[in-house]
Amino acid sequence: MTKKKAAATPGASKGSLKAVDELYDIASEIYDQLKDGQIPKMVLPLRTKGNIRFDTRSQVWKYGALKGARTAKKLRGALMLLRTMYVLEFIKGMIDQNKSSTLREMYYISEGWDLAKFHAQDESNLLAEDLEIITECMREDFRLRPEESGASVIGNLTIEETTRNGENRRINCRDDVGDAGYTIPYNVEKEKVRFRGHDAKFVMAIESGGMFDRLVENGFDEESKCILVHLKGQPSRSTRRLLKRLNEELKLPISTFTDCDPWSFRIHASVAYGAIKTAHISEYLATPTAEFVGITPSDIVNYEMPTDGLTPRDVGALHAEQTDPRFNDKFWKEEIETMLRLNKKAEQQGLAKYGLDYVTDTYLPEKLGELGIF
Amino acid sequence: MPSLAATSPPNKNIAEELAKKQREIAVSEFFERNRQVLGYDSPTKALITAVKEGVENALDACEEADVLPELLVEIRKNSDTEFTVAIEDNGPGIVKKQVPLVFAKLLYGSRFFALRATRGQQGLGISGAIMYGQITTGKPAVIRSKTANDDVAYQIQLRIDTRKNKPDIVKEEFVSWERVSGTRVEIALKGRYIGGKQSVPEYIKSTAIVNPHARITYRPPEGEPVLFERATEELPRKTVEIKPHPYGIELGTLLSMAKETESIRVSSFLQGDFSRISPRVAKEICEIALVPGEMKPKNLTLDQAKAILEAVKKVKIMAPESDCLSPIGERLIKRGMKNVLGNMRPEFYAPPLTREPAVYSGHPFQVEVGIVFGGDLPADQPIEVLRFANRVPLLYQAGACAATQAVANVDWRRYGLEQRGGQGLPYGPAIVLVHVASVKVPYTSEAKEALAAIPEMLEELELALKESGRRLKTHLNKKERKAKTREKFDIVQKVLPQIAAKSAAVVGKKVPSLDGTITKIMGVVWVESKTEFTAGIHHVTVEMHNFTPAGKKFNLHVLLPRGATLAKAEPKPYEVKEDGKVSWELKRIGSVERETVVFEVAGLDKDELDDPELFASGISPELVIGAEPLPGDWDLNYHEFESEEEAPKAEEPEGEVDYDEAEEALPDD
Repeated sequence: MTKKKAAATPGASKGSLKAVDELYDIASEIYDQLKDGQIPKMVLPLRTKGNIRFDTRSQVWKYGALKGARTAKKLRGALMLLRTMYVLEFIKGMIDQNKSSTLREMYYISEGWDLAKFHAQDESNLLAEDLEIITECMREDFRLRPEESGASVIGNLTIEETTRNGENRRINCRDDVGDAGYTIPYNVEKEKVRFRGHDAKFVMAIESGGMFDRLVENGFDEESKCILVHLKGQPSRSTRRLLKRLNEELKLPISTFTDCDPWSFRIHASVAYGAIKTAHISEYLATPTAEFVGITPSDIVNYEMPTDGLTPRDVGALHAEQTDPRFNDKFWKEEIETMLRLNKKAEQQGLAKYGLDYVTDTYLPEKLGELGIF
Repeated sequence: MPSLAATSPPNKNIAEELAKKQREIAVSEFFERNRQVLGYDSPTKALITAVKEGVENALDACEEADVLPELLVEIRKNSDTEFTVAIEDNGPGIVKKQVPLVFAKLLYGSRFFALRATRGQQGLGISGAIMYGQITTGKPAVIRSKTANDDVAYQIQLRIDTRKNKPDIVKEEFVSWERVSGTRVEIALKGRYIGGKQSVPEYIKSTAIVNPHARITYRPPEGEPVLFERATEELPRKTVEIKPHPYGIELGTLLSMAKETESIRVSSFLQGDFSRISPRVAKEICEIALVPGEMKPKNLTLDQAKAILEAVKKVKIMAPESDCLSPIGERLIKRGMKNVLGNMRPEFYAPPLTREPAVYSGHPFQVEVGIVFGGDLPADQPIEVLRFANRVPLLYQAGACAATQAVANVDWRRYGLEQRGGQGLPYGPAIVLVHVASVKVPYTSEAKEALAAIPEMLEELELALKESGRRLKTHLNKKERKAKTREKFDIVQKVLPQIAAKSAAVVGKKVPSLDGTITKIMGVVWVESKTEFTAGIHHVTVEMHNFTPAGKKFNLHVLLPRGATLAKAEPKPYEVKEDGKVSWELKRIGSVERETVVFEVAGLDKDELDDPELFASGISPELVIGAEPLPGDWDLNYHEFESEEEAPKAEEPEGEVDYDEAEEALPDD
C-alpha cells in the first residue's frame, strides 16, 4: 500500500479516501517506532464509563482525557497490534475493489491470519471501533457493516432510498409497506436515505415487537400522528442515527417506550446519551432531547402493573447504573432507588392487564401529556 | 541352644547366627485382650495389619542378610469375609527348628533388646497375625522356609496354643522350592478388602516409596498384579546397635540393667552398659549422686538409682552417635518418590531434605522431608501427607500425628500453597513425605500409629518442612519468572517479526531491524541449558543471550551434585571447588549477542542433572533469567542459611494504563 490517492477506484466515497490515508498513517507510525528500536504502541482514549464526560455544547457524552496504551510489551497488546496491521491491509483491499464486508465476515476472514486470528466476534468489533476513533472515520468508510438489521418504521413518513443498483426509490412507511414496516438499511446517511415528507408530530421508539405490533394494530400512528420505530432490543447504530436525523432535520421530538428493567434503561441511554463504546461518535448517534416515557418504576406503582422479581444480575446492573455518569440526574436517581426498593421489574406489555386498548387509550396519552409531547 | 561352628561361608550361616539371638519373652493372652492396640480391631484394619507385619518382617530379614529384598504379597479372596494373605521373600530363611518358635510365640524375636532403629520393634508382629487368623477362621497358618544350606524347603501348618504360649504344629513336610532361600507365610483371616486411603494397595505403594531398594510384587484379590520395581541397588546403611543413652533411661530399666550387668562396679557399669559415658563422666555422675563408684551394681537401692538419674541430667554428656539410624537419604527419597508417584506426573520434585540427627530424651532421631508438586496432582484438595517412621508407613490416626501437626503449623502461603489463615492443612497439588528415623520412635499409643508431638520432634519437623517449602517456592518463582519471560519470548520471536513485516508491506518500505525493540521488550540476559546423557557422561551446554540494550559482563557458576566430577569445560573455569561449585569469568557479551559454555560431568545417574543449578554473579539479578543470584554466604552450609524469603521483585512500573486490560463492569451493548 503506497500513499497514492485511490482516485482510480470508482465509488470510493470521500470518507473512504480519507480512511485510506488515515490507515496508512497508523501503519507508518508503527513502522517508524520499530525502525527507531522502540516498542511499538498505540495510544487510545480509554473507553470505560470512568472516562466519559458530558459535552455541554453537543449535549452528548464523549470520551474524556484518559488514555490507555496498547503495546507490544505484553503478548495481548502485541497480538492486537498485529491484528491491526492485518485489518488495515484488509480494509485497503476492500476499498480498492469496491467491496464491503460485515464485521462477522471479517471475523471469519481472520481465521486465515494465523496468530492474528480473532478469538471472539467482540474482538473484531472493538478493533473496528478503535480504528474509527484513531482515524476519525466511521466504519462505513472502512466498508465494514454490522450484522444486525436496522429498525422497522411505520408511520406517515416518505423516504427516498438509493438502492444497491443506484436507483432512487420512494417508500412511504405506511402505505408502501407491509405490517412489519420499512426496515432501515445499515447506512442511513444522506447519500443513501433522504426524507421526503411526513405529517408526524413526534417519533416513538419502542423496545418490544409485541408492543410495536399492538400500537400498529390499534392505529396509534394515525391517531396520534406519530412515527413508530421498532428498536429491536438494543438499537443498532443505524437506528440511532435515524432517530437523530429525524430529530435534527425534521425537528421531531423523540420518545422511547421500553420495559421497566435496567437493560431497557440502557436502551434509552444509548438512544439519548450515547453508548459508552461509541462515545467517539455520540454526536452522530445520540439524541439528547429524547424523553423516556416508560415503563418507569413509578409506573409500576401508579398503574399497579404485574411484575417479576429482580434477579441478582438485575440488581448488579442497577448498581452499575448508579455509578454511570449518564444516569446521574434527579429523575434517574430517584427511579433507580425506587426500583431497588420495590425489587421488581415489569414489561411494557403488562399494560394489557387492563385490556388491549389500555395502552393507546389511557397510558400513552397520559404519559405523553405529562411530557408535553401530546 | 546348640552353637554351630562357622565352617560354611558366612551368609549361609546368617540364619543360624540370628537363631542364637532369639530370646524368649513370655506373655500371650496379652493378644486376646489387646487386639485394638495390635491393629486387629476391625476386619479392614486386620487385613492391613497382617500384610504390614509380614512385609516388615521380610524387609528386615533381607536387610540383615545384606540381600536386596524381593517381596511377593498376595491376597486371595476365599469368601466375602475371608481372605488369605501370603507374603514371600528372598531372605536368608529360618532354620527349621526356629520356624515354629519364631512364628508362634508372641514377643519372640531377635530385635527386642537391642536399641536399634528397625521396623518391627516389639517382636509381636507376625505371630499376632497368625493368632488373629486362627481366632477368626480356625485355620492354621502355612509357613514355608528354606535356608541356603537346605536342598528342600520346610513347610508347616501352625497353630498357637494361647494358654501355654507354645506352637502347635498341625502338619509338617518337606517340599521342593525353586528359591535358593526365603520364607513364605500364608494366613487365612477374616478381613475386608477396600481400596483408596488406608488400604493394602496404599500401604504397599507407600512402602515402596521409602524402600527404593526393594522390589515388590502385589497380587490383589481382583485385577492385575502390580509390580514396584526397585529404584536402586544400594542397600540401606546397616544400623549399628547402640547401647542406651543415659538421658533416655527409665528408673525401672536402670535397676534391671544394674541387676543383670556383668560389671562388678557401678563406675564400669555406667561406662560399659551405656553409650557416651567416659570414665570421667562416670566419675562425675557418681560424685553428684553420692554413689560410690566401687560398689556392686546389683546392690543399688531405689534411692541411689534415682540419684543417678538426677545426676545424669546435670552432667554434660555427648549426644548419642547417629549411626544407629538409617535415614533414606535425599537422593533415594527422590528416586523412591519418582519411581512410585511418577505416574501422577508431578511437575516438580523439591530436592528432598535429610536433617542432621537430633536428640530427644537421649534418643537420636532424624527427620526427612520430600515434596512433589503440580502436574496431574489434584489442585483443589488438601495436600496429601505421607507419614513414615523407620521406613514403615503410618496409615492411621493422621489427625493425632506430630507430622500432620507440624505440617499444619507451618504457614504454607509463603511457599505457594493456599492455606486459610496460615493454619491447618494447606490446599494445592502437592504430596508431602515425612520420615522420622529413630532408635525409639515416640508414638502416641501402643498401637504405633501416630508420632507423639514431642517438642524436639515438632521443631525438627517444622524446620524440615519450612526448608522444603522454601525449595518449592524457589522453584515456583523460577517457573513464574520463566513463564513471564516465555511470553516475552513469544512476542519477540513470533509476533513482532510479523508486525514488522506487515507494517513494512503497508507503507511500502524495507522490513526494519528488530534488535533495538527486542532488547527493550526482553530487557534480560536469557540463560538456558541443555543436557545430553551418553555413556555415563552428562554433556551440558549453557547459552547466554544478551537481550539488554547494553553489553554485559558477568560470572557464571554451576553447582554440581555430590558425587559428580567435572570432566571437561570450554572455556576453562577460573575455579573448581570441592563442594561442587564451578565458576567461569565470561567475556563481555554485546547487546543482542550470545555466549556459550560447554562442560562434561561424570559420575552421576541419568536424571541427576536434569536441571543444573546455575548462578550468575556480578550482574543485577533482575537482569538475568535462568540463573539465580549467588547466595552471599556461599561458603557457609547453604542449608543452614535460614533466611526469610527474598522480598518480592518489584513489578515493572507501568506509566500507562493497559488499554486492553481496562474492562467495563457490564457490557454496554
